Amino acid sequence: MAKILVFSETSGETVKSVTFEILGKLAGHTVDVAIVGDMGANATADLAKYGAANVHNLKGANLDKYSPEGYANALKEFIGSNYDYVFAGATSLAKDLMPRLAGMFDAGMASEVTNFVMEGDNFAGTRPLFAGKVLAKVELDGPKPGFVTVRPNALGMPEAPTAGAGAANEVAANAGDIKAAIKEIVKGASEKLDLTEANVIVSGGRAMKSAENFKILEELAEVLGATVGASRAAVDSGYAPHAMQVGQTGKTVAPSLYIACGISGAIQHLAGMRTSKVIVAINTDPDAPIFTKADYGIVGDLFQIVPILKEELKKVL
Amino acid sequence: MNIFVCIKQVPDTETKITPNGDGSYIETSSIKWIMNPYDEFAVEQALLTKAANSGSTVTVVRVGGVKDTEALRTALAMGADDAILVEADDNLDSYMTAKALKGAIEKSGKTPDVIFTGKQAIDDDCLQVPQLLAQMLGMPSVTVVDGCEEAGGSYTLKREVEGGALEVYEVTAPVLIAANKGLNSPRYASLPGIMKAKRKPLAQHSLSDVGVSADDRRVKYSGFQLPPEKPAGKKFDAMDEAAQAGVVAEVVKLLREEAKVI
Ligand SMILES: Cc1cc2nc3c(=O)[nH]c(=O)nc-3n(C[C@H](O)[C@H](O)[C@H](O)COP(=O)(O)OP(=O)(O)OC[C@H]3O[C@@H](n4cnc5c(N)ncnc54)[C@H](O)[C@@H]3O)c2cc1C
Repeated sequence: MAKILVFSETSGETVKSVTFEILGKLAGHTVDVAIVGDMGANATADLAKYGAANVHNLKGANLDKYSPEGYANALKEFIGSNYDYVFAGATSLAKDLMPRLAGMFDAGMASEVTNFVMEGDNFAGTRPLFAGKVLAKVELDGPKPGFVTVRPNALGMPEAPTAGAGAANEVAANAGDIKAAIKEIVKGASEKLDLTEANVIVSGGRAMKSAENFKILEELAEVLGATVGASRAAVDSGYAPHAMQVGQTGKTVAPSLYIACGISGAIQHLAGMRTSKVIVAINTDPDAPIFTKADYGIVGDLFQIVPILKEELKKVL
Repeated sequence: MNIFVCIKQVPDTETKITPNGDGSYIETSSIKWIMNPYDEFAVEQALLTKAANSGSTVTVVRVGGVKDTEALRTALAMGADDAILVEADDNLDSYMTAKALKGAIEKSGKTPDVIFTGKQAIDDDCLQVPQLLAQMLGMPSVTVVDGCEEAGGSYTLKREVEGGALEVYEVTAPVLIAANKGLNSPRYASLPGIMKAKRKPLAQHSLSDVGVSADDRRVKYSGFQLPPEKPAGKKFDAMDEAAQAGVVAEVVKLLREEAKVI
């Protein structure tokens, strides 16, 4: 059976949920988890619940905060020839780190797959290319281990996870030579879940007309526990920061519910949100292209519909 | 300062994409190609860095098809000094591309002080080449950069991560920087720039010239297909104020009972 490692991130006690999605998909295999730097005590227990056989915590000087070189050096040494595949969620950190690590092994990497299976000992994934306009099967060749990142929310949480032993193991790791180090971290505007991880997203387009008006989307999001996104037109008009942009030159998201308010549904916007499970569109133009992708389309004025929607949801949630 | 920029030519974002006959790639015959949008930010940052450091040169490198060298000519017209094209199929994987870029840079005889790339090519969306290239060249890299200040070969770089937070990196050259949207506002090529670009040097190599062979392929694609069409959704007219409450209540009910997402 293939020897598999899942690289995970924690923030405090919380393990990124994409790790659980991956562990769920790998049920039936013996899977280890590696975490670099500080992790909360509950994290190991949570990982065990979802099937981790061993939880390796790599610690050492200069590994308390992320650096591409430090994390890659530490993981390279730990992985050695022990694993056939290394999986990670396609987070900001892993998308930066994993290719560098793959390069250290002269190995192949499949980026941001939305599904995968293990065919015997071999990985076979599905990934969208050309902004989701086509799908293809992806396999890896060359030296082991193969590297894979998985799009958050794409696999879904396992319904009945199989528990693993979850043996905790601390590993003394070496960050090596770090040339690019983080000097400071400037906190983001939002304390909400990032768009790429959000399960529900409420997005506004050019029709929002001002930054001020985004408040009505914030209020709707509040009721739904959602994160607010924006189209490029809204970002370019200064109604929302670029961090909120969904689309080809913004973020690729995969929530279970995406509510597009006053967004026309240009191909570049669809590129970022077409893998949403359920799409609701609110638009005054009955012919807006977004309606061809929407599961539920409301032809109407968002300034009227959104407040009613908020009140209606309050009743049921 | 030796400044390099790596660029890719990709299908225009509006282009219709269809799988080719055997599903091994896409149909490329009727595609309109453009410079990868993120690479425009990389080219602009290279030119800004050159302007701030007299005596610097900007070399633009591309791995790709020879038919159409539009993207390289555009970069030259924007102000890059010379260009290198490694002739290759459009469907190389990230490992082969990075290795070819490394080979081309080494063949130029110039040691890079800084390499700019886009954060991602919008055709394969892999986000691998910058980090792989940096790793192959033994350089640090900072990706998804939307703030770049340079003074005397020291760079302060801002990298956007989850929740809109910024990681601020300090690095001394040599370094590879992968540009995100928002880094700068790319200039347009001027008419004199376009005229001048025609006379600027453009070196051309084959993949084997730069040390890449078929054995370097690490990622195998097959079964290119269009994503399954979603069944048509339900559409409700709520332009009339009287209808709004009923429509919204209906949609909420469907979200709960049919779609089961809330
Ligand atoms: C290289 C490239 C990359 C791009 N990347 C992105 C990207 O990442 N993300 C992205 O979003 N776009 C991107 N775009 C831009 C994209 O092409 C569109 O211009 C953009 O998505 C349009 O945004 P919009 O739908 O908000 O605005 P518009 O197209 O102006 O649509 C506004 C919509 O609001 C509706 N409307 C108006 N008033 C109301 C009201 N009161 N209530 C309800 N509806 C109303 C209108 O009917 C219309 O459909 C990119 C373009 C290029 C060329």
